Amino acid sequence: MAIGLEHYLTVAALLFTIGIVGIFLNRRNVIIILMSVELMLLAVNINLVAFSTHTGNLVGQVFALFVLTVAAAEAAIGLAILVVYFRNRGTIAVRDINMMKG
Amino acid sequence: MTAFPDLIPALPEIFLACAAMALLLIGVFRGDGATGLVCWLAVAALAATAVLLVAVVPEGRVETFEGQFVLDDFAIFMKLLAVLGTAVALVMSLGFIEREQMARFEYPVLFLFATLGMLMMISANDLISLYLGLELQSLSLYVIAAFRRDALRSSEAGLKYFVLGAVSSGMLLYGASMIYGFSGTTSFDGLADVAFTGAPPIGLVVGLVFVCAALAFKISAVPFHMWTPDVYEGAPTPVTAFFAAAPKVAAMALFVRVLVEPLGDLVAQWQQIIIVTSVLSMALGAFAAIAQRNIKRLMAYSSIGHVGFALVGLAAGSEDGVRGVLVYMAIYVAMSLGTFATILCMRVNGRMVESLDDLAGLSRTNPMLAFGMAIFMFSMAGIPPLAGFFAKLYVFMAAIQAQLYTLAVLGVVSSVVAAFYYLRIVKLMYFDEPTEAFDRPIERSMSTILVATGLFTALFFAYPGPLLDAASAAASAVFPEAAAPATQ
Repeated sequence: MAIGLEHYLTVAALLFTIGIVGIFLNRRNVIIILMSVELMLLAVNINLVAFSTHTGNLVGQVFALFVLTVAAAEAAIGLAILVVYFRNRGTIAVRDINMMKG
Repeated sequence: MTAFPDLIPALPEIFLACAAMALLLIGVFRGDGATGLVCWLAVAALAATAVLLVAVVPEGRVETFEGQFVLDDFAIFMKLLAVLGTAVALVMSLGFIEREQMARFEYPVLFLFATLGMLMMISANDLISLYLGLELQSLSLYVIAAFRRDALRSSEAGLKYFVLGAVSSGMLLYGASMIYGFSGTTSFDGLADVAFTGAPPIGLVVGLVFVCAALAFKISAVPFHMWTPDVYEGAPTPVTAFFAAAPKVAAMALFVRVLVEPLGDLVAQWQQIIIVTSVLSMALGAFAAIAQRNIKRLMAYSSIGHVGFALVGLAAGSEDGVRGVLVYMAIYVAMSLGTFATILCMRVNGRMVESLDDLAGLSRTNPMLAFGMAIFMFSMAGIPPLAGFFAKLYVFMAAIQAQLYTLAVLGVVSSVVAAFYYLRIVKLMYFDEPTEAFDRPIERSMSTILVATGLFTALFFAYPGPLLDAASAAASAVFPEAAAPATQ
């Protein structure tokens, strides 16, 4: 069986869904949220590269490179904010992030 | 070899990027003692950017960087608004960051980088440049929200903003990848040229929905508003003022451009989304704010409501509607900056207070401040002849012209409900027994901002011409079909 565009898109959609579910069902640790966000961005990259090879248009691969770069910056900033939060709160459990409600 | 791109249309952005990096160097060499200097230089850099924006007015529409970057009247209008909002928020921060021991030189530099991201968003003409501009803005804003790093609430605000912002970026990208895959291009011009025979491909509609959801998050429209109250309450007050003004303008500009220019053919699809979002935002802004006792949180719900009103104009999908959005955003920026200037004056014995009850009897302890706040509250409630009334008038007129009668009626109803909590603040200030008086004197920069925004809000009706003309020109720039027959 040849692996076509739809297989790549299915994998990407599944990864993306796992990422979203991981963010909203996880109650334990903020690090897991960061991992889920990375999963979403990687799903997008699979999408972009699959479309790019399928249509023979290079723009998608260029886009994927930009996404990789920005994702690295985003992870760095996220971890930095997490460290600041941990210093103030002493925990990074998701259920404890509840100073403000409404 | 490709030709060297024309740099002139992007001159304000290039200048701002260089200025931000130069200020970063000054800060590094001079240390935190130079924060005041860096702040004022940052304000000067923003002023110079605004001058460049006005000086580099193109003939019609100019594209550069292989079509990635576009400059037209619409972009200039929104950029001026964003730059102005940032500059005022930065001036309001000066006293606050000194008093609250958060005077570090990165603060103004991050403001500049966030503004640079906003300018790039507004001029984006390709999904790639849209994403890069949006991320430059968002990443700076996450850090600014958590800037008061020894305060739990500020770091919690930053963390919440980051997590939800990262999710929305992911959704934006997924939508962008679908749009790219099903149309074969990321360029807005290319997308506008894609012609369908019959119904649009389902993948393109899925992409449109994802992109709409992500942009709705950035302007904090319901159902993607969850971050707003927490971030507004937790972030330091001048940062909240900044969040309420500049990034909203930029994200709204992006929203309008993406929906009207490249996705204009899908108007039947996105119009329903915008109508639902708009109604929900107006309703939530009206009802959820009633129960709030914290003024910053109240302003968060109020801003959600205002975004709903502005979206009424976008839902109309017409040139008049877009003009309504532009006028609404300009007036909203002035009103919210003025309100936050008042909130920043709410200090008792050198300590910031944020509860509504602290405003009680303000008319007796500080009549001028109470009068200013009353103007902003009446204007936000939409009482004529203040500016907020005209802002609502233009969007509702556009909705009625587009025959969206239900939307207009629901808008007016939620405007009436929202008037309850705005007027309650006025009642608190004028009819309740005074509590402790706020510290005096008010800083000179703060009172200048209060007077300027108050005068604009109160006297807009007397001289609305310049703003309306600029908004009309800007709105016609995003509707090339309407303008094209005249030029050909």
